[in-house]
Amino acid sequence: MFDLKTALAFLLPWEFSPAALVLCAGSVLLYARGLALEPPQERPGIGRRMAFIGGWAAIYFVMQTRWDYFSQHMFFMHRIQHLVLHHLGPFLVAFARPLPVLERGLPSSAAERTLRPLWRNPATRFAYRLLQNWLVAPVLFVGLIFLWLTPSIHFDAMLSAPLYLAMNWSMLLDGLLFWALMLDPRTRSEGALIGLGPRVFLLLLAMLPQIVLGAYIGLVPRELFDVYAVCGRAWALGPLMDQSIGGLITWIPAAMMHVLGALVLLGRWMRADQGPSARPSALTG
Amino acid sequence: MRRGSTLLAAALAAGAALAACTDTSGWHSHSLAGLMPALAFDMTDDSGRAVSARTYRDRTVLLYFGYASCPDECPTTLARLAQALERTKDRGAGSAVLFVTVDPERDTLARLHEYAQSFGAQFVGLRGTPQQLEALTKRYRVGYSRGVPDAKGDYEVTHGTGVFVFDGTGRSRLLVLPRDSTANITADLDRLAAGIAG
Repeated sequence: MFDLKTALAFLLPWEFSPAALVLCAGSVLLYARGLALEPPQERPGIGRRMAFIGGWAAIYFVMQTRWDYFSQHMFFMHRIQHLVLHHLGPFLVAFARPLPVLERGLPSSAAERTLRPLWRNPATRFAYRLLQNWLVAPVLFVGLIFLWLTPSIHFDAMLSAPLYLAMNWSMLLDGLLFWALMLDPRTRSEGALIGLGPRVFLLLLAMLPQIVLGAYIGLVPRELFDVYAVCGRAWALGPLMDQSIGGLITWIPAAMMHVLGALVLLGRWMRADQGPSARPSALTG
Repeated sequence: MRRGSTLLAAALAAGAALAACTDTSGWHSHSLAGLMPALAFDMTDDSGRAVSARTYRDRTVLLYFGYASCPDECPTTLARLAQALERTKDRGAGSAVLFVTVDPERDTLARLHEYAQSFGAQFVGLRGTPQQLEALTKRYRVGYSRGVPDAKGDYEVTHGTGVFVFDGTGRSRLLVLPRDSTANITADLDRLAAGIAG
């Protein structure tokens, strides 16, 4: 029953966002240019290349296809959308360690004139350091999930197009920041903001409130998010079933991404010659 | 560390402020102030006229999405609106209830007309082309679906339970939910007709 026209209609943006197109396509194009310019022996492996492109493709897919329509009208589809925006997509992008390739892909004039001065600007550096602080980053990461799942805020976010955009973009941008910090390929002595050991600890700690929240949403026998009934669901699925599936998605795959992140770091830790700098001084940076 | 705590405190304060913004307006139903765009649509009314938001200017508009063969939700909601309108100061004279069908295949104009009129003179059935219906449902972030027909050709339709309320200038003002009582709806409609901002 494959219908090409239906499939193509599914892929068209439900609510076109030039910013999403520029960010997703721009990142991939920059990366492709960087790969082409990079000497073959320095190119990252096929796995990391696939991770980078797959991560952006997934982010684009949940933001800009008919998936977005279903995310507005089914709670569990919305939870999958946020899983991709906050966890899976940024995780894959950060796992790819794309910065050297992206830097090579940047036209040198653009880099010299705009990006480098911007990056060296004290205000930028202060904001970045603040957001990537060992305490602020995990609190922000978990806090955003709780904020947008507060029933009264969730209700308005699903009614208002600008609030909805703010919700999705805050999840995406914070996801990129968080996973870039956590999966930073460098060790503390090489310039990473947080050592490998503390990162494993923070990843597992940030997982716990998500498990509690996901389990609560999944198991509470009462409708928490009535906006989907008020505005109409995208297909006939009972509100409690919708909510249970959504809670399970908030709980299990999200927690798995944190475990996976911790495993990546532990593997790196075991391969490294020197142990990680887990001294308390490494935390405060 | 200290910078971190400051930002955390700021984030918590912002969250509390955001939470406090909701439901301080004094309306019984959910305030849509600043959340949804003004009324705009192009549809056909149940007497076959092409209508738009301008047709209902200077009247309070109650916009509801449903279908005439709906067994429970639509008749309950429309009956409650009819009751609430009847109890308003002008007995509903300054209001229009626009019942938009999400099942235009079964809801012919004649059927819509008969259905809407059964609730009162202020009730109007609206039907649109697929494009018109999509534009209107998208604008108010409304979802609906039509299931697979059974042997008798019947199918399940999903649609929302909320009623979007617009004032005489077309501004979006309130969202009436199933939990709002008739008395509360009446009070809100009277307040809206009196032109109280909020």
